Amino acid sequence: MTLPPARKFDTLVIGAGGGGLRAALQLAQADASVAVVSKVFPIRSHTVAAQGGINAALANVLPDNWHWHMYDTIKGSDYLGDQDAIEYMCRAASNIVIELEHAGVPFSRLPDGRIYQRRFGGQSQNFGGEQAARACAAADRTGHAILHTLYQQNIRARTHFFDEYFAVDLIRDEQGYILGVLALEIETGEPLLIEAKTTLIATGGAGQLFRTNTNARINTGDGMAMALRAGIPLQDMEFFQFHPTGIAGKGMLISEGVRGEGGFLVNKDGERFMERYAPHAKDLASRDVVSRAIYTEVAEGRGCGAQGDHVFLKLDHLGEETVAARLPAIRELARTFLHIDPAHTPIPVYPTAHYTMGGIPTDRHGRVVVPAGQGEEAIPGLYAVGECACVSVHGANRLGGNSLLDIVVFGRAAGNDIIEYLRENRFHRPLNVASVEQALGRLARWERQGEGETVDGLRRELQQIMEQHCGVFRSQAVLEQGLDKVVQVQQRLANAVLRDHSRVFNTARIEALELENLVELALATVTSALGRTESRGAHSRVDHPQRDDERWLRHTLFFREGRTLDYKPVRMKPMTVESFAPKERTY
Amino acid sequence: MHSEPETRNSKLRQLRWRCRRGMLELDILLEGFLQHGYEALDGGQRADFERLLALPDQELLEYLLGTRTSTEGSLAHVIACIRNTSVF
Repeated sequence: MTLPPARKFDTLVIGAGGGGLRAALQLAQADASVAVVSKVFPIRSHTVAAQGGINAALANVLPDNWHWHMYDTIKGSDYLGDQDAIEYMCRAASNIVIELEHAGVPFSRLPDGRIYQRRFGGQSQNFGGEQAARACAAADRTGHAILHTLYQQNIRARTHFFDEYFAVDLIRDEQGYILGVLALEIETGEPLLIEAKTTLIATGGAGQLFRTNTNARINTGDGMAMALRAGIPLQDMEFFQFHPTGIAGKGMLISEGVRGEGGFLVNKDGERFMERYAPHAKDLASRDVVSRAIYTEVAEGRGCGAQGDHVFLKLDHLGEETVAARLPAIRELARTFLHIDPAHTPIPVYPTAHYTMGGIPTDRHGRVVVPAGQGEEAIPGLYAVGECACVSVHGANRLGGNSLLDIVVFGRAAGNDIIEYLRENRFHRPLNVASVEQALGRLARWERQGEGETVDGLRRELQQIMEQHCGVFRSQAVLEQGLDKVVQVQQRLANAVLRDHSRVFNTARIEALELENLVELALATVTSALGRTESRGAHSRVDHPQRDDERWLRHTLFFREGRTLDYKPVRMKPMTVESFAPKERTY
Repeated sequence: MHSEPETRNSKLRQLRWRCRRGMLELDILLEGFLQHGYEALDGGQRADFERLLALPDQELLEYLLGTRTSTEGSLAHVIACIRNTSVF
């Protein structure tokens, strides 16, 4: 068989969001030859959608320190986060924000010139005390500003970009080393082999698993599915964050900032129901808590609208001037997609799938780790950072402002570790032709002609199944039905065909490959959710409503082969400080 | 050589891929317009649409939500067309 043309680099980064670009920058500045593969132009990665801010205990607005941030993150994670990784991230936060500032990110300022910081849900002073203000923001375009800055710096450092290339599968050898990736050039439809001594997966999350979600359409979890196919388990996939305030029925995010500015939720009786669910933090309680409250209000018949299927987010009491001055983008969002003016009319909202807490298991250096003997070992040459990875700093529930922090902190850490790895592994390993052939087989399968189901129809069905069977509240019976249905979709997908077999910009082919990835992840998510018979963070089992630390203070590992589950302990020991023991989580 | 319809189709497929952005809001607005409004544009307006697609996401979002106004008449016209294609 003829092998596709090949390019060789020291290091390969798959995905050009903030995590991938931060790592690439570290590597390019260390004079490594770096390739970044991205299925869209890099500055169109989903990092641009992270508008709110990046957490760092700078204490510019209210008293703060990294240890309080660490406590909030552990509590927010419902004690499933690894405390060493969380300490590392919170300690690194201030330094990394200053570094971004020096690189050119235009953070909003206080009158005295210091970086402005916003109040976000789940932030506290003094280990659970008064509200803290920890999110550093560049107006409402923080993610955009960070991504553009990192992109410009990468251009200057001569990172090589493969724009509009789709990563198909990892290439590995018999000894388990990762040798690079088989990619597809979207413009020509031609495969390209990219060989590298190290490969970093930074492909983002998989919000497209669910019908109603906040994510860009590109978020199909490609890297996570590639890892599964390479025999690597996925960790904690049952934990999917539902953002409480999506535009009802459409999914677009209404940022927490609206509640931070004084907006609040009401049910059909006009009651501020969050006072019942979170007497202290009310509307600014953690996202999972607010999502469940909204779901419960609707389920118990107190929903708004003709169908009673949402609640209202009120901000009309803030006055037109305040809404215009502080929340202009939200106002226009509501005008554009709902044809209402939120300065006068409340916004219909309902929980919407937002963030994948689970992912490819890594240590705090970004190294992908798998079980070995009594412990774990790193897959040589393979790294993962950001939403596709599970390091795990978000545990069972992520706090607002911690995702941008996660990507830049661990992007930099992975970059540093890769530099060390390259010092000790100076040569490319021989190509494993069998692995390339296997990856090419994934492409060849879609050349099949004839009758069959369409990719579009199956994707919609999968998203519907996930929403109905693996949403905000779950139970064994509902999950089991969901698993059966996802397995059926998987079987039907094997018989699906493309109507269009052209090569140039055949986006239907890309969407077929994306759907294969989503199906892999749906199986991982539902199977992991079935396994965990407790409620913790974003995973709520109505048949097991309590958190059960004795049995379940551990991470799930899902293996594709035989759809099996394994578990590993949560790392409760921080790097330098005392461990935070699990407590009841109240807001 | 590709036939004329194939060239036209591959152009549309390319535009469809470039309507894939980093934000759901843009995906919905741009794909909706490509399906329901693009055909009605003339050659110059189609070129303007492509210029819009080359903009960074945040800037494009501000134009399409109306929080920012383009000072370029021809771009402003295509932006208005997209905003008026209410298919969501």
